[in-house]
Amino acid sequence: MELIIGKYNYWIYISLMMIGFYAMIAKKNLVKKLIGMNIFQTSIILFFISTGSKIGGTIPIVEQGAQVIEAGQYINPLPHVLMLTAIVVMVSTFGVALALLWMIYRKYHTLEEDEILRLRR
Amino acid sequence: MNEISFPILIIVVPLISAFFIILVGLLRRDLCYPLMILTLSFSTLSSISVLKEVLWGGTIHYRLGGWLPPWGIEYVIDPLNGFVLLIVSAISLLIGITSKRMVEREFPEKATFFYCLFLLQVTGLLGIVVTGDLFNLYVFLEIASIAGYALIALGEDGAPFASFNYMIYGTVGACFYLLGVGYLYIATGSLNMADLAQILPSLLSSKVVLIAFAFFMVGIAIKMALFPLHVWLPDAYTYAPSAVSSLVAPLTTKVGAYVMIRVALTVFPPAFFIETLPAALMLRWIANGAILFGCILALAQKDLKRMLGYVLIAEIGYIALGVGFGNRNGLTGAILHILNDALMMACLFLFVGAITYQGWPRKMDQLRGLHRKMPLTAAAFVIAGLSVIGVPPTCGFFSKWYLVLGAIDSKEWLSMAILLASSLFNAILFFRVIEKAYFESGKEHGMVQRTMEIKESPLTILLPLLVLTAGVLSLGLFSGKIISGIIRFAIPVYFK
Amino acid sequence: MITHFYDVIIQTVCRLLIPFIQVYGLYVIAHGHSSPGGGFQGGVILGASFILLCLSHDLQEMRKRLTRRTILIFCSLGVTIYAGIGFVCLLLGGNYLDYGRLHRILPVDSVAARSLGIFGIEVGVGITVMAVMVSIFLDLASEEKVREG
Repeated sequence: MELIIGKYNYWIYISLMMIGFYAMIAKKNLVKKLIGMNIFQTSIILFFISTGSKIGGTIPIVEQGAQVIEAGQYINPLPHVLMLTAIVVMVSTFGVALALLWMIYRKYHTLEEDEILRLRR
Repeated sequence: MNEISFPILIIVVPLISAFFIILVGLLRRDLCYPLMILTLSFSTLSSISVLKEVLWGGTIHYRLGGWLPPWGIEYVIDPLNGFVLLIVSAISLLIGITSKRMVEREFPEKATFFYCLFLLQVTGLLGIVVTGDLFNLYVFLEIASIAGYALIALGEDGAPFASFNYMIYGTVGACFYLLGVGYLYIATGSLNMADLAQILPSLLSSKVVLIAFAFFMVGIAIKMALFPLHVWLPDAYTYAPSAVSSLVAPLTTKVGAYVMIRVALTVFPPAFFIETLPAALMLRWIANGAILFGCILALAQKDLKRMLGYVLIAEIGYIALGVGFGNRNGLTGAILHILNDALMMACLFLFVGAITYQGWPRKMDQLRGLHRKMPLTAAAFVIAGLSVIGVPPTCGFFSKWYLVLGAIDSKEWLSMAILLASSLFNAILFFRVIEKAYFESGKEHGMVQRTMEIKESPLTILLPLLVLTAGVLSLGLFSGKIISGIIRFAIPVYFK
Repeated sequence: MITHFYDVIIQTVCRLLIPFIQVYGLYVIAHGHSSPGGGFQGGVILGASFILLCLSHDLQEMRKRLTRRTILIFCSLGVTIYAGIGFVCLLLGGNYLDYGRLHRILPVDSVAARSLGIFGIEVGVGITVMAVMVSIFLDLASEEKVREG
């Protein structure tokens, strides 16, 4: 029981990840696959950010004129910075994927995977 | 600018030039190609200089922004790095020279964007090799991958769908790699490779590190196209335009293999990979499957480029087998095969690009009379084919020799039998094409009249092809010097 | 065929709001080091302001302000600013992106030079991100023929 209640945030991220993964594999529509990829990447970003949080920690910005800085009081800013880069990567992959979907639609006039495979033969 | 800053210039110069080419292309279209060639030559010359410096003076450390290593990003070049860096920059220079004609034939109005994406892809690949920080590697991995998706989609006839398929696979692979980096950061608090190599040996019994290793291996295997996860490769490399497939095919998978060697043998202690976990055993079985699967499926293909894609999957199996043996000979064979396979695949895919440029179809039974119309190009194919089979004195023989020695050292008789049998399969594959090209007359029925005259390839395609062929022939003879001069220092000290 | 219904309320409100959104985007870029923000976030807000102009008014309204050529130039300019600042640090004798060396050409001391260096590259990132966001929207919205938005 402690395993489920105590670590509920990890269960949420894992279920989000698996929902996205399932959508990428099992759905036939290409846009749904893309949305699944987006959910997958978003859950990884959430997971990372949650590893930097502390109970009772405050945002990692030093006020003006602060003399003593105790690192233990601030939440860890490094995962946030790494995930900023990961969000940029996610957005650019999404942009390229949308352009690809547009090219596929112009050629085949459908976005269902089985019809495209049939038309490609 | 002193000599020590070459490691950063190797990456920054292509990156700035990629965006300069867009600005220049708005003003004058015909300056883009010389600018790209200049940039790639600069990268090649710098990587030669860097490799010389590493071999004389030891590992180079370059700190970005002046910050010290565990806090800042560091670029580390040791003999393994420098070797792969030279391979990547030299081959991308040669392929870049050939790209102009093929681009003008296939999509002339997008030439400026093609050159920009080409340089971005090369930047990403060079960055993966040079960096010494795990998250920086993820960033460059994604730069190279996204440029690759866009480049592959430039082809016609099914290329966007193949690229979309590649994108789904590739994103899953990169996300698994990112998860591995995250788990390691949670467990140790550091992202630097050298720092992790010191921290990890005391943490190897924790489940977090174990799962991180598993995520790394699966993510890299997807990017490397290792056997069960190779499905994106044949489609993506077949439908890509010729200029693109001759760049990505030799390089992307080899850089993925380099990342696997780096993570499994440098970041994690080698004993973890070989003794503690049965990971080396599993890698051997997967690599055996890759070699058999690649060779057998290549026999079933009618399209020349698709057949070469399956041969590439088998070659990746060789490198993985070499790493999985876990002894010095096997690893020597694997690293030497990175060089040899990059040369051979560049030669073969460039051959397909050359014959597509002249208008030959890629179906194998329509290659009759090739040797009379394009003698030098066909000769290049023959020599590269002999190298894949493993005939001395071409370079393929020497890397296979070391792999077989590694198999004998670790008493893996099944792997040795598979290695030798794959030579037989490759012989069947390549001699089938050589027979059609050389020994069947071109005047039989079924040969379609062509509208344009078939002649030998133009000089910008022919010269790099001949340079690659000469490399395939001569680097085999220099294998001993390469091994004793470079590769011997590239292998971790654990292997006796 | 979708007919465009240009509503007076939407057009007027958006016309009033868009300059403020752009000023806010610039604010987010400039205050990245002391509040949540930075180059990418500010760039997205700036790009969103142009997309709002597309959505509320006609696409041609935005094309008058940002031509295709300008978008391409902005894409390259931003990255060139980023890499160029790093290059300048290299030329002044430090490592790449070692902003501490900028105090030789800027009239500030070494610590403030680091802050200004980071600000410079955030501006570059913001310009590129704005141009890329608008470019993605344009390519998807009008099949590159740019008739309607």
